[in-house]
Amino acid sequence: MSENIIEIQHLEKNFGSHKVLSDIDFSVKQGDVTTIIGVSGSGKSTLLRCINVLETPSGGKILFHGEDIAAKGFSVTDYRAKVGMVFQSFNLFSNMTVLKNCMVGQQKVLKKSKEEAEQTAKYFLEKVGMLPYINAKPKQLSGGQKQRVAIARALAMEPEVLLFDEPTSALDPQMVGEVLEVMKALAEEGLTMIVVTHEMAFARDVSNHVVFMKDGVICEEGTPEDIFANPKKEETRDFLARFIN
Amino acid sequence: MAEFIDGIIKCWQQYGPSYLEGARNTLIISLVGTIIGCVIGFAVGVVQTIPSDKGDPVWKRILLGITKVILKGYVELFRGTPMIVQSVFIYYGARMVFNIHMDIWSAAFFIVSINTGAYMAETVRGGILSIDPGQTEGAKSIGMTHLQTMLYVILPQAFRNIIPQIGNNLIINIKDTSVLSVISVTDLFFTHKSVAGALYLYFESATITMAIYLTLTVTASALLRLLESKLDGDDNYDLATTDTLAHTSGMYTYHPKEKTLEDFK
Ligand SMILES: Nc1ncnc2c1ncn2[C@@H]1O[C@H](COP(=O)(O)OP(=O)(O)O)[C@@H](O)[C@H]1O
Ligand SMILES: [Mg+2]
Repeated sequence: MSENIIEIQHLEKNFGSHKVLSDIDFSVKQGDVTTIIGVSGSGKSTLLRCINVLETPSGGKILFHGEDIAAKGFSVTDYRAKVGMVFQSFNLFSNMTVLKNCMVGQQKVLKKSKEEAEQTAKYFLEKVGMLPYINAKPKQLSGGQKQRVAIARALAMEPEVLLFDEPTSALDPQMVGEVLEVMKALAEEGLTMIVVTHEMAFARDVSNHVVFMKDGVICEEGTPEDIFANPKKEETRDFLARFIN
Repeated sequence: MAEFIDGIIKCWQQYGPSYLEGARNTLIISLVGTIIGCVIGFAVGVVQTIPSDKGDPVWKRILLGITKVILKGYVELFRGTPMIVQSVFIYYGARMVFNIHMDIWSAAFFIVSINTGAYMAETVRGGILSIDPGQTEGAKSIGMTHLQTMLYVILPQAFRNIIPQIGNNLIINIKDTSVLSVISVTDLFFTHKSVAGALYLYFESATITMAIYLTLTVTASALLRLLESKLDGDDNYDLATTDTLAHTSGMYTYHPKEKTLEDFK
């Protein structure tokens, strides 16, 4: 059995007195594609944001290669460079071209030379089919194109794990496919991913681990087979019944 | 009427160089004051938007809190009192209380800069807050520090958005430096007062002075508008492709609101 890249232990998050996550436990190994499903408000985004340290957990631990990411002396910025995130709302830098969006992190965080950063950026932009648009500004792109650039920006940091928070939820239906296509290709290449999604076909066909969340706890988890073909819990069956129809 | 025009000509013939020198001084003080004021404004605005992170050590949060309170006090003090009173207060006050003998030019630069800084601080703060927080998260998510995020992502956009305000401040400064004549700064208004007093041609001299102020402010706003459109750059982009089919689509007329490019992907 290979080592866990990310291990989450008894994770808790409260916003004031509002308990959003409690006792979350799961781990991710090299090459795992984990999907997190569940209704809106069940805490999926908060969980991903805790993993990316955009939120500070109220309790429990997140380990990265066995190291506590909240420990003193642990560099959050170095960690974030290794654990990328793709957002529902793209969050591209509007003052930069597509190419610069994919270069700035490499230059400023990884301290790569301009030439090297440009080469890497172009490599990943080609991968997501956005190489022809390197000189465009984000506002000139469609939603699907923006999201593919956002994926390339994250990939250009050559992360060990990539987190996706509903990457297709803000897209017009005809653009969902182009983004899912890219994500599927990445999964097949062995990229370790944690994906929050409402695309059940993606969860079933692409991921190897499905986590079903309800009211801030993991209600059921297992292989896609376990969850989609043989759900054990009543809640899981209810949730899936609503989505499959 | 002929008398009036004669008066103007007389003022100009005798004191033309003085008016021009006054105008030059006004322009230098307002330009330098606006630039230094912007630097102050950016510094103060940036500090005021540093998030107080619960993960930071206590001493750091306390220090940040105290700094923010002091800066807020500075902004309120200088926005809330007239520059003419500040001029007297600072120039003579420094002399009497602290025995600091500022020369008139230093005092002029100081007063205009510190005033502009107070106004710009609020403008910069607003400019920073107006940038979608998603971009900050996008920057954080690839490992950028708060400082890097500010320098490369937020401030360039905030700067673009507040150029009209910088222009406003410059124009206000060109006019308001006239109050510095209270501490005998030889700006355009000071020149006017001297000339009018010497020749007893108040209305004529005021006409010349108005015309010069108006020329300065109109030129300043035209230059700023030029800078604005320069910074906005081209609305179009070239497809970096060798696919000739892509060019038949008329990429130069591509408008961001129409998603026509999507059609040949
Ligand atoms: N910054 C916040 N402050 C207060 N409550 C929040 C905040 N972010 C999320 N929540 C609450 O946490 C719960 C879970 O939200 P979220 O993680 O976004 O769920 P999901 O992504 O599954 O839709 C919701 O009830 C939401 O209102
Ligand atoms: Mg969410």
